[in-house]
Amino acid sequence: MEKFEKLTGIAAPLPLVNIDTDMIIPKQFLKTIKREGLGVNLFDEMRYDDQGNENPDFVLNKPAYRQAEILIAGDNFGCGSSREHAPWAIKDFGIRCVIAPSFADIFFNNCFKNGILPIPLPQEQVDILMKDAEKGANARMTVDLENQVITTSDGEEIAFDVDPFRKHCLLEGLDDIGLTLAKAPSIDGFESQMAQERPWV
Amino acid sequence: MTGKTLYDKIWDAHLVDESEDGTSLLYIDRHLVHEVTSPQAFEGLRMTGRSVRAPGKTIAVPDHNVPTTAGRENIANMTEESRIQVQALDQNARDFGINYYPVSDIRQGIVHIVGPEQGWTLPGMTVVCGDSHTATHGAFGALAHGIGTSEVEHVLATQTLIQKKSKNMKVEITGQLPPGVTAKDITLSIIGKTGTAGGTGYVIEYCGEAIRSLSMEGRMTVCNMAIEGGARAGIIAPDETTFDYVKGRPHAPKGAQWEAALAWWKTLYSDDDAHWDKVVTIRAEDIAPVVTWGTSPEDVLPITGTVPAPQDFQGGKVEAAARSLDYMGLEPGTPLTDIKIDAVFIGSCTNGRIEDLRAAAEILKGRKLADGVRGMVVPGSGLVRAQAEEEGLDKIFIEAGFEWRLAGCSMCLGMNPDQLAPGERCAATSNRNFEGRMGRGGRTHLMSPVMAAAAGVTGHLTDVREMMAETV
Repeated sequence: MEKFEKLTGIAAPLPLVNIDTDMIIPKQFLKTIKREGLGVNLFDEMRYDDQGNENPDFVLNKPAYRQAEILIAGDNFGCGSSREHAPWAIKDFGIRCVIAPSFADIFFNNCFKNGILPIPLPQEQVDILMKDAEKGANARMTVDLENQVITTSDGEEIAFDVDPFRKHCLLEGLDDIGLTLAKAPSIDGFESQMAQERPWV
Repeated sequence: MTGKTLYDKIWDAHLVDESEDGTSLLYIDRHLVHEVTSPQAFEGLRMTGRSVRAPGKTIAVPDHNVPTTAGRENIANMTEESRIQVQALDQNARDFGINYYPVSDIRQGIVHIVGPEQGWTLPGMTVVCGDSHTATHGAFGALAHGIGTSEVEHVLATQTLIQKKSKNMKVEITGQLPPGVTAKDITLSIIGKTGTAGGTGYVIEYCGEAIRSLSMEGRMTVCNMAIEGGARAGIIAPDETTFDYVKGRPHAPKGAQWEAALAWWKTLYSDDDAHWDKVVTIRAEDIAPVVTWGTSPEDVLPITGTVPAPQDFQGGKVEAAARSLDYMGLEPGTPLTDIKIDAVFIGSCTNGRIEDLRAAAEILKGRKLADGVRGMVVPGSGLVRAQAEEEGLDKIFIEAGFEWRLAGCSMCLGMNPDQLAPGERCAATSNRNFEGRMGRGGRTHLMSPVMAAAAGVTGHLTDVREMMAETV
């Protein structure tokens, strides 16, 4: 997995609540058997019209935000379907950090598996970042995972929480499966015990 | 010492390892796999030379992207994209030696209907699948939830999942449901009350007299939509209804093992002194047949209501409601029963079981779809379809003007050709009314099977209780 340490980049404002994973990547793009190449279809139905032309009003189509690496959004981001195609599309577009008042559980987990940092913050702080993001391409913010702090374009600092284990995995770019396989003896032990206690499983 | 909740008990019984910060390794008893969220996981195994740790506990079935029209067992009749995913699953099931129900097998169907039907899902188990509606299996007193594809790969390789424990939430439905009110109305009403993020960070246990009175089918409908309320999982303590359903299923324990299993299952309930982080109580008699009006499952109103206005809401929901109304083509103040529909969809992992088809057929018997309304019934599995045909339900649907399809997820997520056209408005028994969910520009109103059937007959959203009072 790609490491996430410190990111300085353009933040795109998307002030909608309940952005679901169907919006992030509609179902017609789930037909792929690969993880790559979904960035062009990120937010497809908002980003393009029926003929496939860009909708100039959509934030990621505006010149200032085409290179965005951070997304600031509304409450309950990533709700709905468990499709990991959603974080794959976000990452493929070039966004490595999503900041919102809250995230849906499965999407939140999926981000960490793909080198994306999701940051839940109180609404007031998201509002500050949203305003900063609305300034456009000249306003770049910094997300520092090691020190758990976001710095706005004005130099205002906002601290954030992150689960220590997930932080460690992101900073080091660790593969979960490798970590768990190192615990194979515990899994073996559990299975032997279960074969006795719950043999019907 | 405080007692334990049902969730606490299942969690503790599956804990392989726990770190100081609470990061835990949880053993997974059943892993369900389908064609859309698994190809990348199997590819990951191949690239790293890893194998499937417990193929006997892994069950695969294609459902999301399969056609529901006749002749699909001939793979040439699938679109190229469907074919690629279905063939990849065929190949992966063969290569890794996992249990598999191909489209040609009568037992094929929606993964969350097949698991319980075949007795793979049992009380006290941990069940995961790369699909958010895995919560369905919670109806059996199993801890069941959706996972992403990276986690699918993790479970395939290790039969465990890295987790942190959720909080405990109790949703109690007291009393008995009035006539015409169903499990779907319960689950939608809960989301209407708590919101789509109300359950975030929790596992919900549903309890109370109205829940206990539900069949297993009804309980699965309730748990299915726990995810729409934001919860990691929904769960219902197993009881005689559960044991009766499970007994004799192909993969349920038999003989002495059945007795041993039953003895353990009977300990699976929340203790009286268990700690709850959040409690919600709803009186069953206060629940009416409901429909959704917007593009979030929390946009729920009793059928007797009117379309709300954006200013009825607060915060970010004001703009969201305005956007929803625009997308749905609705004017505030319109009585919900004045909303005309173009299509009816009966099926999905929420309402594609035999009881759902019986309930819809009961309303449709001797009646027809209104002029200009198209209808589609997609049974949840090949076995549900066969059962319905044995009972003559297929004839009722066909005579009413519905298409009678083969099993799959179909229009619920619209990956296959079963989709709504732009602007087309559908009364649907599925679980998501998101923008574009059933087809770009399609408009979805979620409701129960009887409500969807009633809407099909009148051509507009309808209070099924009025229709139940009429004799045909």
